[in-house]
Amino acid sequence: MGHTAKLKPDSMNQDEIFSSFITLAIIWQVRRFLDTRNRIPQWDRMLQRFWIVNVSFVILSTAIDEDFPLRLIWLFALAAITYTVWLIKDNQSARTLLIALAPFMFFMAISKIIQDVFPHFAKAHDDFFESINGFALFWLIGFFIVANRQKKAQVKIDEERALEAEQRRVIEAKKQELEYLVAERTAEITRQKEELELALVELKSTQTQLIQSEKMASLGELTAGIAHEIQNPLNFVNNFSEVSIELIDELVDEQVKPHRDTELEAELLTDLKQNLQKINYHGGRASSIVKGMLQHSRTSTGQREPTDINSLCEEYLRLAYHGLRAKDKSFNALFSTDLDSSLGLVSLIPQDISRVLLNLFTNAFYAVQQRQKQGGPLGYHPTVIVSTRCVNKEAVITVADNGTGIADDVKQKIFQPFFTTKPTGEGTGLGLSLAYEIITKGHNGTLEVESKVGEGSKFIVTLPG
Amino acid sequence: MMKILVVDDELDVKDLFLQRFRREIRSAQFQLDFANSGEEALAYLEGHKSEVILILSDINMPGMSGFELLRHIRADFKTPPSPVVMMITAYGDPDSQKQAVELGANDFLTKPLDFTVLKQKLHDLA
Repeated sequence: MGHTAKLKPDSMNQDEIFSSFITLAIIWQVRRFLDTRNRIPQWDRMLQRFWIVNVSFVILSTAIDEDFPLRLIWLFALAAITYTVWLIKDNQSARTLLIALAPFMFFMAISKIIQDVFPHFAKAHDDFFESINGFALFWLIGFFIVANRQKKAQVKIDEERALEAEQRRVIEAKKQELEYLVAERTAEITRQKEELELALVELKSTQTQLIQSEKMASLGELTAGIAHEIQNPLNFVNNFSEVSIELIDELVDEQVKPHRDTELEAELLTDLKQNLQKINYHGGRASSIVKGMLQHSRTSTGQREPTDINSLCEEYLRLAYHGLRAKDKSFNALFSTDLDSSLGLVSLIPQDISRVLLNLFTNAFYAVQQRQKQGGPLGYHPTVIVSTRCVNKEAVITVADNGTGIADDVKQKIFQPFFTTKPTGEGTGLGLSLAYEIITKGHNGTLEVESKVGEGSKFIVTLPG
Repeated sequence: MMKILVVDDELDVKDLFLQRFRREIRSAQFQLDFANSGEEALAYLEGHKSEVILILSDINMPGMSGFELLRHIRADFKTPPSPVVMMITAYGDPDSQKQAVELGANDFLTKPLDFTVLKQKLHDLA
């Protein structure tokens, strides 16, 4: 190409051979450049075979030095190249390559055809064809460089994409790892939650048991008091029935006498009737104490009933006192009541309030007993005073003692469950916390404490009427 | 005639004693009086100085206990005839008994009262 075209067969042949080499080089380059082996493997194999055939033809034609139809072959090769590039036209560098190759091939083909068909015309315009071909070659080289750059850019982009893909893969892997961890953690948390729920159920049942045992403990405190309280009416029942037998004997004796004292007989009968009434009354007293005890040990019905707070206070004050007395025989305390008779009946849950009262009374007696044991001041009289008042339509029960008193830091804790100042095993630490619950939650009332160490304590229960 | 003061916070004690000692009362052997508390008993004693011979007192009473009453009696009524005091309690424990004796009780009885024994004791005193 870069020489003057002659019509002599050998120069012609040389030209053809050169063109063929260029074509072969182009095919080789295109295959390498476009990586056809991987992109279009089937076509690539065809191209490879074609290339080998082509090479052998070129060698053959060089060897035999004959005007072999090489032109046809490389024209065909050009078409193959164009087709190859066309096949992967989606690729940016392939498109650029197509733009690079197309004019070159077109002018090569046209000029060859014109040289063959119109040799004179071609010869006359030899310079023109030369420059066209030259221009096409520059075009080819120029665009090849552009395509190469594009390819490099493409490779860079591909590398970046590959890197991104790799990063994505890593992220994905990490994500999966995290998800696995999350699932594992979730399972663990679920398991812990189930364990906690189980523990909660156990705690609730333990709490119920503890409340029951507190009731039983307070019942234990009560038993001695109850025994004492029952003993008194029973003594009366026994005594009055015995006396009644004596009275009847006397009456029978009187009836058989010749001179009956009718006045005495009438008196004896009146006494008998009175005694039977007393037996009845004291029997009732005993059974009401037993009833109270049963009521105390029973689970609260939660049912409000119109209740005489004053009699409840008196009853449980005695029970609490005798309960402590039974445990410690040397203990003695003054206790008195100052009850407001205008209080009337108050709607409350008797079992619950009696539990509160018993607890407050027992605590008060315990406090005075402790102070007595510590050796109170000269002339110290352990005293517990219970008073009831009706203030602003509210029932106010005050339990005051002159016992040890409560220190301020202890005062903050006395309503907490399980807090106790008693030695281990003596108190459950639930008495006041239960009392607080009963008064505040059960009756919408208040339970307050005023206390001074060495002077005594005062617990004030307020119940809305 | 023996004067007896019974001190107990239980009101029915009065009726019981009156009936238990009906024969002795009728035959004017005993004269029974009653007080419902230690305070009442002391007031009674103030009004019947040198009259009272025997006091039967419960120990467990609201307000002034039997022991305190006993202490008062021994402190305030020293002029003879100093009353004979018998303490009655539901708790027949040795401690209470010891305390009663230390405070100057003449005798110690446990509830439920055995009236036969009590009568015997009173007759011995009379």
